[in-house]
Amino acid sequence: MDRNSNAYTFIFAVALVVLVAAVLAFTATSLKPLQDNNVRNEKMQNILTTLNITSEKSEIESTFNLYIKKQITLKSDGTIDDNTNAFTIDLKKEIKKPIKEQRFPLYVAEKDGKTFYIVPLFGAGLWDAIWGYIALEEDKNTVIGAVFDHKGETPGLGAEINQKWFGDMFIGKKILKDANLGFTSDGNFVSVAVVKGGTPDDNLHGVDGISGGTITSDAVSKMIQERISNYLPYFQNN
Amino acid sequence: MSDKEGLFSKKNLQLLKDPLDDNNPISVQVLGICSALAITVKLEPAIVMSISVLFVLVASNVIVSLLRNMIPNRIRIIVQLVIVAALVILVDQVLKAYAYDVSKQLSVFVGLIITNCIVMGRLEAFALANGPWKAFLDGVGNSAGYAFILVLVAFFRELLGSGKLYGIQIIPQSFYDFGYQNNGLMLLSPMALIVVGLIIWAQRARNKKLIEK
Amino acid sequence: MELANLFVKSIFIENMIFAYFLGMCSYLAVSKTVKTGVGLGAAVIFVLTITLPINFLLDKYILKPGALGTWLGSEYADVDLSFLSFILFIAVIASMVQLVEMIVERFAPALYSALGIFLPLIAVNCAILGGSLFMQQRDFSSITEATVYGFGSGIGWLLAIVAIAAIREKIAYSNVPAPLKGLGITFIITGLMAIGFMSFMGIKL
Repeated sequence: MDRNSNAYTFIFAVALVVLVAAVLAFTATSLKPLQDNNVRNEKMQNILTTLNITSEKSEIESTFNLYIKKQITLKSDGTIDDNTNAFTIDLKKEIKKPIKEQRFPLYVAEKDGKTFYIVPLFGAGLWDAIWGYIALEEDKNTVIGAVFDHKGETPGLGAEINQKWFGDMFIGKKILKDANLGFTSDGNFVSVAVVKGGTPDDNLHGVDGISGGTITSDAVSKMIQERISNYLPYFQNN
Repeated sequence: MSDKEGLFSKKNLQLLKDPLDDNNPISVQVLGICSALAITVKLEPAIVMSISVLFVLVASNVIVSLLRNMIPNRIRIIVQLVIVAALVILVDQVLKAYAYDVSKQLSVFVGLIITNCIVMGRLEAFALANGPWKAFLDGVGNSAGYAFILVLVAFFRELLGSGKLYGIQIIPQSFYDFGYQNNGLMLLSPMALIVVGLIIWAQRARNKKLIEK
Repeated sequence: MELANLFVKSIFIENMIFAYFLGMCSYLAVSKTVKTGVGLGAAVIFVLTITLPINFLLDKYILKPGALGTWLGSEYADVDLSFLSFILFIAVIASMVQLVEMIVERFAPALYSALGIFLPLIAVNCAILGGSLFMQQRDFSSITEATVYGFGSGIGWLLAIVAIAAIREKIAYSNVPAPLKGLGITFIITGLMAIGFMSFMGIKL
């Protein structure tokens, strides 16, 4: 058959497309469960890291179920929405909705007989998305651990937020000005901010910023403030 | 491939050796820099990237070479792109399933192997005109040349930028106690270009015939 | 305002060349004179501005997980075709380049003779595919955003190639060490320019 004829070109193109599509569809479907599992495992590990728990990849699911006792989905007024699975909520999509329609996942963990509350975070950094998890102690005021990650902050500067030392600085900080005043009284919720130029160790509401990474640092402060503020009605009532 | 020629004849070995120095795809032919430099902050992604390119280049070279008498001339470029894109998708899917952490670091740059000029360049210039065994050697040689530069750049950037190699601390703590500092500049993308520039300088100072007029 | 921000960001801060090294091959090969640089740059703007909205629609209505379900009925809601992104994006780009080439040749012969030789080069220009992949990764909310991003990235690319071409025209008269001549010094200059461009970082309108 003439290699330059229309018919040959057409048949060749169709055959190629069918072949390629078949091969790709087969690989994609057969690898999909593995890929989804990776994403799940990473999320579980991140949540557990805030409580300083690490686990082998193969055991992560059982470790997660061992410590995380409840996964709650909250509405913006602090009531519980029983119809949505907290773990499957995609904050990236959620955050674009109006606040009344948003759902807020909350993980309640138990470790050594104490209860912990883990709040997922998501926000915009300098270049792209940043996210993380912050765990509060039983008083819902003291930070017990935090992890952060980012999609594309500047290497060596803003990108340092995913390092352990950065998250560890948050340990022991408080989100309330006066623990006795409650969560919803005006001005009492001050969150924990990342402070440019550093801050004394006894500042309960601030941690040292990353030099050269001011915009990312500010984005972290804003993200923590904004996300936790949505949980205050629930914290107040429970 | 002619029958008279041995599998590893001198000419065939030349196909492997040439791209490492005299005809290096990056530093001499200036191909395939696009997708390469952004991922050279650390050794690990650079090595994974090199392996991915090796696979894509060798496989597409051999496939196109096998099909070279069947591909209709008019849709040649598209056919090549489809083959390359399909191979890249395979690589991307496998990385996502088995090397999730690295695949996150590589992000869109795996996809950009499709437009890596080395791949298209070798297909057009070599695979369409030569038999599969030669195309195989050519693919291995060129991706080795590519990997060589990539790993070299990543080596310097990780060592000087974070004091580590392959994620393992190399510069001892005592250096830091003395006041040694990691060079944060090496982690920023512009330094990749400057390091490549310096590598080219070193290579051409040694290999005088590559000097441009 | 958001759009203006995105526009400025894509030109200066997330410059295709200086921040991501995309389109380096043609950037290095065609930057010997300002005139050819402008020609290629214009072609890049053109193709980026056309392909990004098309790929955006493709991503939104076909490729995204569950995208088919929005218009084909709920039985397709579980279909995830995102693994086909690379191949569809590059197919769109290649065919667009071909189409643009034919249209320009037919209706604007003057433009064709100026852009003609550069157009085929563009299908394999990483900046074009990179634009589409970044667009997908960033999850733009509207087609306008995608178009603005494409146009801005194109302008950023043009800016970079014109700047380096102008410098190379001048540096031809300088006494550069012989082994560094040509390619080597171009790399280093690009690196220095990229450091310069980093000072735009963090600018918000």
